[in-house]
Amino acid sequence: MHEWALAEAILASAQQIATHEHLTEISEVTIRVGELQQIEPPILRFALKQMATPPIKGAKFHILKAKSNLKCRVCATTWQYNSKKLDKSTAEAIHFVPEVAHTYVKCPKCGSPDFEIVSGRGVWLEGLKGVQYK
Amino acid sequence: MIDPRTSIINERLARIRRIIAVTSGKGGVGKSMISTALALSLAKEGCRVGLFDIDFTGPSTHIILGIPKTVQPKEEKGIVPANFEGLEFMSLVYFVSGKATPLRGADVSNALIELLAVTQWGELDFLIIDMPPGIGDPVLDLVRLIKRIEFLVVTTPSMLAFEVVRKQVELLLELKMPMVGVVENMKRDNSETIKEESAKLGLRYLGAVSYDGAVEDSIGNPKKLLEVMGASLDEIKKAAVFPKGSSK
Repeated sequence: MHEWALAEAILASAQQIATHEHLTEISEVTIRVGELQQIEPPILRFALKQMATPPIKGAKFHILKAKSNLKCRVCATTWQYNSKKLDKSTAEAIHFVPEVAHTYVKCPKCGSPDFEIVSGRGVWLEGLKGVQYK
Repeated sequence: MIDPRTSIINERLARIRRIIAVTSGKGGVGKSMISTALALSLAKEGCRVGLFDIDFTGPSTHIILGIPKTVQPKEEKGIVPANFEGLEFMSLVYFVSGKATPLRGADVSNALIELLAVTQWGELDFLIIDMPPGIGDPVLDLVRLIKRIEFLVVTTPSMLAFEVVRKQVELLLELKMPMVGVVENMKRDNSETIKEESAKLGLRYLGAVSYDGAVEDSIGNPKKLLEVMGASLDEIKKAAVFPKGSSK
């Protein structure tokens, strides 16, 4: 489960922020997951809850999705990634390493693999709410 | 927004005793051959060794090793590397079905961060990283992301290669990176030039690997590769990873 490794990274990052900001308790964590990575929010949430330790233990995890927007660097066409058009093993490869999309996905207009992932890549820690030590 | 992946990288590598990046400013000097042979040779000594191919656009260590398609990494709370010939092995080839992977700099960085964040290397004595040529994103990313990285530099006897290598070494020294030393690959005569030039840079000359046509025939055959390169590797290992007084 790839989601477990990413959950561990999110918790490590939240822990670092908590230490830096002197937070004694974190009540809410907002995470944004890119469509390109096809993260399963229920698995990610379960992993986060299982692995969270104080001051993150007990926090509410909000998992938001980001649409994937791709832009061709050759002809400037923009389009959205659609995993349903790919076979299972290809979609799974992109799930693990989104950059390999450049191997499988081409610009729908000119066929170039030289495109920019404008949005919808990866997992981001968007916000934390907590109680600060006084 | 914060990218959480970089927070976990050093934790993922925490149980690895030494992390050695095999690098060269110049392409075609034999980095992949040296890194693969060094990794195999260390594993043969009984060390726990990982080999990580980060030459994303031109990976070749899987070809040198001759890894069959049935040997794959496993998905287990991240990715557990494939195990072959006593090595823990990871490469982007597992995700691209043998096709070309045209990546720009930012994509290279993202793919590297992703693999560093999700690969579960476990406990190792050595992680050998086979790098792409150049002084671009992969070098800068390893410097930025991996606290305990050390660099082993490969060159050929050609001054054309060494002049590019020199620039890379000067940069790494300026960044205060630990340098394991220099390996002279494809040596054809008794010239001392690379040894002397390495000394001028303050680098240890770890040894030479003679040019040998049999190396080409050993591609895909790890045992043969060790037979062909064995003596040179022993010298390099002794200087690079088991210096006098240290234990494996």
